[in-house]
Amino acid sequence: MSKRGEGAFVEFREVSKSYDGKVLSVQDFTLSVAKGEFVTILGPSGCGKTTCLKMLAGFEEPTSGEILLNGRPIGRVRAHKRNIGVVFQQYALFPHMTIAENLAFPLQARGASKHESAAGVKRALDMVQLAAFADRRPGQLSGGQQQRAAIGRALVFEPDLVLMDEPLGALDRRLREDMQYEIRRLQQRLEVTMIYVTHDQGEAMVLSDRVAVMNGGKVEQIAPPEVLYEEPGTLFVANFIGENNRLDGEVVEWTEQVCRVDVKGKGVVQAFPVAVGEGDHHTSLTIRPERVELNPAPGRTANVFDAKVQDVIFIGDHLRIHAELLGCQQFIVKIPNIIGHGAVLPGDTVKFGWLTTDCRALDAAPPTQTGTAPAQ
Amino acid sequence: MMGKSRTQALLLSLPLIAFIGITFVAPLGSMVLRSFYDPLVAEILPKTVAALGEWDGGALPPEGVYALLAEELRQARADRTIGRLATRLNRQTPGLRSVVSGTGRRLARQGQPPWAEALPRMNKAWGEPEVWHAIAQAGRRVTPTYYLNALDLRMDADSGVVQQPEAKRVYRALFVKTIGVALAITLLCLGIGYPLAWFIAHSPPRRGRLLLVLVLLPFWTSLLVRTTSWIVLLQQQGVLNNLLIWAGVVADDQRLTLMHNMIGTFVAMTHVLLPFMVLPLYSVMSGIPPVQMQAASSLGAKWPRAFRRVYLPQSMPGVGAGCLLVFILAMGYYITPALVGGQSGQLISNFIAYHMQTSLNWGLAAALGSILFVAVLLLFLLYDRVLGLDRMRLGS
Repeated sequence: MSKRGEGAFVEFREVSKSYDGKVLSVQDFTLSVAKGEFVTILGPSGCGKTTCLKMLAGFEEPTSGEILLNGRPIGRVRAHKRNIGVVFQQYALFPHMTIAENLAFPLQARGASKHESAAGVKRALDMVQLAAFADRRPGQLSGGQQQRAAIGRALVFEPDLVLMDEPLGALDRRLREDMQYEIRRLQQRLEVTMIYVTHDQGEAMVLSDRVAVMNGGKVEQIAPPEVLYEEPGTLFVANFIGENNRLDGEVVEWTEQVCRVDVKGKGVVQAFPVAVGEGDHHTSLTIRPERVELNPAPGRTANVFDAKVQDVIFIGDHLRIHAELLGCQQFIVKIPNIIGHGAVLPGDTVKFGWLTTDCRALDAAPPTQTGTAPAQ
Repeated sequence: MMGKSRTQALLLSLPLIAFIGITFVAPLGSMVLRSFYDPLVAEILPKTVAALGEWDGGALPPEGVYALLAEELRQARADRTIGRLATRLNRQTPGLRSVVSGTGRRLARQGQPPWAEALPRMNKAWGEPEVWHAIAQAGRRVTPTYYLNALDLRMDADSGVVQQPEAKRVYRALFVKTIGVALAITLLCLGIGYPLAWFIAHSPPRRGRLLLVLVLLPFWTSLLVRTTSWIVLLQQQGVLNNLLIWAGVVADDQRLTLMHNMIGTFVAMTHVLLPFMVLPLYSVMSGIPPVQMQAASSLGAKWPRAFRRVYLPQSMPGVGAGCLLVFILAMGYYITPALVGGQSGQLISNFIAYHMQTSLNWGLAAALGSILFVAVLLLFLLYDRVLGLDRMRLGS
């Protein structure tokens, strides 16, 4: 699985964690991260992603399983000996110290001389562009500056591994995007291994070499962002990453390459079987809104169905069409703005078509859920 | 319209201002006044005191002064104010009580000029200059006597300030002892309270609340009950001694004296004052996120270093507030040492109470109280200068 380097630098082996002895917050978490890799653990709040990070940093102990760092188990290594840089959700800068003192703290803890520590602090401050704020206290800095100070402090002692726990959660949208690129740039320049935790799928896509999607304490899928988007392995991933249409149905017949799914008796859809054929005939089909073609040329797409347009939203570069298709009331289609505004109107009946490979037959959703997953 | 609303606000707060004035400022002011303003002798013996003002202080005063004294003592006896006069003069120079009241009695029955001969016959003290010096000094309305006494000093015949005789020096040592005890109790409370507050502040919410209630519980019990329960525990036939004997630690004939001495004062006062240390500490500590210590350890600091550099400095406002509170309360503590302190465990407040209630030397009580008040005030200012009162947090 590793993308760079040889062996795994960080390895979780079937790690489970329970706080109360009953409920597992993390269940059989297995992940290996290569040296220099940027891996994001992505999931909704409460899915156990922060717990994984805490176990790696040494703030929590796994209930079972093992964590290895550089090939050695770290179960008995105390947090202060692990040499891992951690950036916390609320920054956790020391409010009674100046920014320079904050950055000097890890160096002094390692017994650096005054001179070494001053030089290290200066380098790190330059790196995060805070040289002018060295003598300010954290309370006198803006959120973005505090964030950069926290990152500088986690990097100043040149750790091999840096963990970040939703570090951009408290920032506004613009700043968040700027910081994303800054973090990515720093990580690549320093060639440091990074494990990043977030609930924001956009952030995960921008930053990561690979993303581990978690849900309810379990890993759903570990893959590079483009694979997660194009080839989601589970319905949860398909719905969590980007926008997806969902059609529930019964598998009529299937081969390795294609399956035919009867959608509530209203039509038979041809799809690519991802998780089909293990006894259960229920399945959920997912189709990305941008992979649906309006009035396709005959024979171009294996699937063509009539749809009743309910709403057309003009976004600018594309049109967003809400339609009723095969009994699904909120089928969403994104059409590039080539056809122009007004070509499709509410109330029109049109044809939507899509390729077999763009329609993935996944594990069936619990029967209570219907319709399209909300946009993230 | 600003002026009108201000006036209204002032009018509305008048009752409160009056209340504070009557119940707080006035008693305090009259007490402080009493410590240096004492018109008693000047009012009972106005002419004598005035005449003594012109006396050169060398040998005995002239016949005129004797005559005035005889007249005014007679008058005082008739007015029934001679008792207070005798008590007051006795404080100035011990022994004068019987001189004054005895002379008063005789003057009622007999005596005629020349008074300079008659009075020394009634009591030979009137033939010695010291008595007249004492009356002259006591006759001053504004007097440093009480402050001098409170500091183990007195005025000699030449109005020079000298030390009290060694046997009568009490208060300076007592002030030092009181400050020492208050300091020691503050440190004890800090030593017990800091870990306790830490534990409460970083417990899971439910356990934390329960522990906090346990700390607050003593507040809802009468101070007397708490102190007397220490008597039950600590007395010679008490629970603790019985336990020790049962465990074979001490022999029955060697029961430990754990109260009516300094130990009793220490134990009971530390217990009574502990909540005043724990509460400000808890309030500050619960505002320090646990992630701060995690951050410090992730940055490579061992626990002691993380505590010293990260946690302790952030908890200092609570330490300052708690220590100041406990120290000031301990300085003026009265009931607990009175009940369990015995002879050796008495503090300055107990002597103030003694002079208020038993010896009725209110002037001295007022002087002692004022000195205590100023000492605490100075401490407060010192704290402000060093640590800053604005950084002190008593509650969130």
